[in-house]
Amino acid sequence: MKRMNLAQLEQKLTAAARLQPPDERVPYAFEKRIMAIIAERAAASGRVLWMRGFLHAAVSCLALALVCGAVSFFTPVATDNGNDLSQDFENTLLASADLPDSAP
Amino acid sequence: MERSEAELIAAVLKGDSASFEPLVEKYSPRVFATARRYARRDSEVQDIAQEVWLKAFGKLKTFRGEAPFEHWLMRMAVRTCYDFLRGHQRNRISSFSDISEPEEDWLERFVGDPGNAAADADAAKLLIDRVLERLSPEARLVIQLLEIEDRSVKEIAELTGWSVPLVKVRAFRARGEMRKILARIAKDKYL
Repeated sequence: MKRMNLAQLEQKLTAAARLQPPDERVPYAFEKRIMAIIAERAAASGRVLWMRGFLHAAVSCLALALVCGAVSFFTPVATDNGNDLSQDFENTLLASADLPDSAP
Repeated sequence: MERSEAELIAAVLKGDSASFEPLVEKYSPRVFATARRYARRDSEVQDIAQEVWLKAFGKLKTFRGEAPFEHWLMRMAVRTCYDFLRGHQRNRISSFSDISEPEEDWLERFVGDPGNAAADADAAKLLIDRVLERLSPEARLVIQLLEIEDRSVKEIAELTGWSVPLVKVRAFRARGEMRKILARIAKDKYL
């Protein structure tokens, strides 16, 4: 049986690959497609910036709302109605109207 | 008047992305030729070329103008092709029992008379493509650049971003890998 000379086979095949210049053909309007993708990505990145801004604002608002909620939830409610702010406000507002009635 | 490459690049960096188009038009043939060395299907070649150009646009700020734009672009093209090879490692361990009749005939002729087996035969081209497809990504890249494109180790180091000793080590291993594959052909067909 004949033996295969591997070193020579390697040389032959490498030479075959060298004799095979790669095709430089470019698909029709390829550069237009690339420019369209670049423009699309630029527009998309602008939108993404806006979306990110809105998202950050929404997260900040939510955090603020949670903090306010927590503060109002954990602040002890005064049982004494005399110290109630709304009652104080009403008293102050109606003080002039109440005075004649309380006068002897 | 036609603008120089440096002017086009400066315009792109200032925000005029339309100035990138002449560069795409000028260098796409080279990018496609490089991509076709590593990918066979047209869709894969186009995907590689597209990725090269999008990367080039995105990283244009890193181009310092010390070397020609073409060299910088080719580095990007070779590295993108390498990424492609790493992501598409298929059919590497299949046997050579599926080689076509013309390839088998060529091998028969080679065994009969190695000196007269034509290297420009289509069958030889098919066979080398088949062998290259079975190499690991590193080995394929090194064999392609070193043996087929006849580039120096230093050039390969610049193109791939590997150090010179690493290129040498990988070239040594790649040759061994290729010899193993050829030995497998010999074993499958002639032993």
